[in-house]
Amino acid sequence: MAITVIVAYMGTVLWSLKISFTNSRTFPSDDWVGIAQYERLFNNDRWMLSLQNLALYGVLFIAACMLIGFLLAVFIDQKVMGEGIFRTVFLYPYAMSFVATGLVWQWMLNPGNGLQQAVRQMGFENFTFDWIIDQDMVIYTIVIATVWQASGLVMAMLLAGLRGIDEEIWKAARLDGIPTWRVYVSIVLPMIGPSVATVFVLLLTAVVKVFDSVVSMTQGGPGTASEVPAKFIMDHLFGRANIALASAGSIVLLLTVAALVAPILYARSRAARKEALK
Amino acid sequence: MASVEIHNLSIQFGHNEVIKDLSLNVVDGEFLVLLGPSGCGKSTLLHSIAGLIDVSAGRIDIGGTDMTWADPTDRNIGMVFQSYALYPTMTVERNMSFGLRINGTPKAEIERRVNRAAEMLQLQSLLHRKPSQLSGGQRQRVAIGRALVREAGVFLFDEPLSNLDAKLRAELRRELKLLHKNLCSTMVYVTHDQVEAMTLATRIVVMRNGKIQQIGAPADVYEKPVNLFVAGFLGSPGMNLLTGKLGLSSSGKSVFLSGKLALDVSCYPITTVLKQEKEVTLGIRPENLLIHTSGEWQGTVSVIEPMGNHHVVWVDFGGTLLSSVVTGDLAFCVDEIVRFNIDVAKISLFDNTTEQRL
Amino acid sequence: MTGNTAPKPPMRRPMRLNPARIGVYAFLLSASLFFLMPLYIMLVTSFKSMDEIRLGSIFAFPVSITVEPWVAAWSSACTGVSCDGIRGGFWNSMWIVIPSTLFPILLGALNGYALSFWRPRGSQVLFGILMMGAFIPVQVMMFPLVRILATMGLFGTLPGIVLIHVVFSMPVMTLLFRNYYLSIPQELFKAARIDGGGFFRIFVQLMLPMSTPIIIVAAIMQVTGVWNDYILGLVFAGRDNLPMTVQLNNVINTTTGTRLYNVNMAATILTSMVPLIIYFVSGRWFVRGIAAGAVKG
Repeated sequence: MAITVIVAYMGTVLWSLKISFTNSRTFPSDDWVGIAQYERLFNNDRWMLSLQNLALYGVLFIAACMLIGFLLAVFIDQKVMGEGIFRTVFLYPYAMSFVATGLVWQWMLNPGNGLQQAVRQMGFENFTFDWIIDQDMVIYTIVIATVWQASGLVMAMLLAGLRGIDEEIWKAARLDGIPTWRVYVSIVLPMIGPSVATVFVLLLTAVVKVFDSVVSMTQGGPGTASEVPAKFIMDHLFGRANIALASAGSIVLLLTVAALVAPILYARSRAARKEALK
Repeated sequence: MASVEIHNLSIQFGHNEVIKDLSLNVVDGEFLVLLGPSGCGKSTLLHSIAGLIDVSAGRIDIGGTDMTWADPTDRNIGMVFQSYALYPTMTVERNMSFGLRINGTPKAEIERRVNRAAEMLQLQSLLHRKPSQLSGGQRQRVAIGRALVREAGVFLFDEPLSNLDAKLRAELRRELKLLHKNLCSTMVYVTHDQVEAMTLATRIVVMRNGKIQQIGAPADVYEKPVNLFVAGFLGSPGMNLLTGKLGLSSSGKSVFLSGKLALDVSCYPITTVLKQEKEVTLGIRPENLLIHTSGEWQGTVSVIEPMGNHHVVWVDFGGTLLSSVVTGDLAFCVDEIVRFNIDVAKISLFDNTTEQRL
Repeated sequence: MTGNTAPKPPMRRPMRLNPARIGVYAFLLSASLFFLMPLYIMLVTSFKSMDEIRLGSIFAFPVSITVEPWVAAWSSACTGVSCDGIRGGFWNSMWIVIPSTLFPILLGALNGYALSFWRPRGSQVLFGILMMGAFIPVQVMMFPLVRILATMGLFGTLPGIVLIHVVFSMPVMTLLFRNYYLSIPQELFKAARIDGGGFFRIFVQLMLPMSTPIIIVAAIMQVTGVWNDYILGLVFAGRDNLPMTVQLNNVINTTTGTRLYNVNMAATILTSMVPLIIYFVSGRWFVRGIAAGAVKG
């Protein structure tokens, strides 16, 4: 039964691959056109924009989540009062769906009724925060919303890693007179390397798949300013009835994931094998 | 080199008073061992000397200066932990020099100290390895090295050998004794292993439930235990204990009576004058229970445990099992009847109610 | 220093509340504000009337609390063609989530059990491929799956969407259970085999009862994940079975005419309620689930 699932995975991937080499529109056809679809893909402005957006989004999202998540974890690790409450507050956004998150932030960033209006009503007449309708800035709004949702997860995972550090290492560092921040940077961070790598991989896969948030928050707009590859593919699979183009896009997406994730996984399996040999 | 003076120390965790009104003087240059079962407070005491645990009352002086509230780094101490606590992502050399580096010690000085410690502990060839590439014994040496480079006045050891196997433990014990001889530093050592305590200490502090039971040189604590707990804790196999009565014989001499045993204990220095019969326990160490063909008392051999260079013989004496240590060949076997003597000069008598030595 | 009683220590313990600690709390509190703000706004908006929203600030507490938006969201909001509120989506999601949790847990447990104890030949490779499957973007498999389901007559049906969820959950579930079973000593398993147990016997009578902690974790992960899913429900569920998330998006983003923000927010809260309640009730297990899933690879 596990075999069936694996066949399902491999089979569908290969099938998509095949379709991408044809000129299928609404239904699969068998006319082979080589890499014509791929050429069309990379000449398509919307696709190129979606790739740009993905790269920009990816870098910002991962950096922000890692930084905020790490800081939250470190500060919570300082034996603060009400630790449980803080943890609950930081992590609850992760329990919400991407759709819900997108919708709430769409509402909050609404220039007419949301934050911009509220701050203006407080007296700052010239305050503008209309990123969500600004073609150049809209991608940043998606970053904000998804970072809000995912930082808690990063915090939870890194906190688990931090808690796994032997208490006696802290004692030894205290005795050596090493300031707390230095302990985190020089001793703790290298020790939780594997956790950080895992978090990184997780975030990476989430970036590539980003779809729900964009659909609910901006529908790819204004215009096509916040287009992302996943949405491009879905639109062409169903709405615009160009299966071949969509399949080509999805294969490119797959290759991107593979190119990014494979080296990390390989490095980890090598490290694991070295451990086992000792 | 420094002394440690502890005055009326009390340590509380929540509502639990772990250590109450404890006073202790560690003499400059001695190897003091804190010995006791788990939970007796020995580790807590050590950590409070190190400054890793806050005290609720009392004072701690190190090297003559009040260090009760000083930071661990400023106390002029070095510490070796049970799990070694080596920084896993750094090399041995870096592990030992990291603290010094952070505190701005000049490079030349760091090098000198690291090399000196490496030489003393035979770590020269291991300086560029990481902890994961070292054996347990080597890691322990690195941990000691990290404490040594601080060139402190007092060294604290928190059960450093308990993670090692028996053979390595014996080896490192000897090395530690040698280290103390070469450095002549003050060392405070925590353990629950009485063998370690006996072999390493200049003085042993036996602790129980946060209180000091007895302080003394190993020989004193071993031969003249101050109560039943200390008597039972040191020595393996443990001290033989016989309950009975202490009274006066017809000729005015004090006698110990237990079942068939009637022992003239008049040479035993009893501190209080006997007015009437007292319920007591007699203690005699296995090596002072001598099996001899012309012995006064007799019993049946129950179990013989061969230990290689000696035997532990368990004799059934009127229902109680008494142990005896016999070196050399045995002239008897199991279930035989043997005769034995009790060396009266080496006995201990304990009051049954107070458990204190008489 | 010759007193019999210990003199008061000269240096008082540094106060707990030094600048560094204040900084820590300041950071954590301001972060909390950032995280709580959307929740507050969601709640507050859902209890206001549209006039209040238009005139007032998004942060303002409702002057006159009304539950009308909630009622509208539940029973009269327009989710596309029909205007019966989001309650249909609620039941659809229920019907989807329950089997989509039970089956993957059972299958994941079986798989994990087989992989960690029985270790058939090539199981490492099998496991590796299964794990890689977790990384494949769903779009790559989307069209072929649509065709397959259509051929099986399951496209747009409840069994169809459940099947899809089961297939996509296999990697994570298997990983979860395999890692859990790896922490159970092999000796237990060997003893059971000596006692004469077979594959299913040992699974049902020994392993399953011992798996309560990980089943709870898996259940939480699965319920949350499936309930919050959008893309699979959008494509595979069919018009009659659209989950709450899809309907929610329809309510908010495909309305003609004036947007009823209060109804929108009420609908959003209603959609998020199930996973949020699970989260608040089972916080500890939720975190464990994350940590367990984090031991990936």
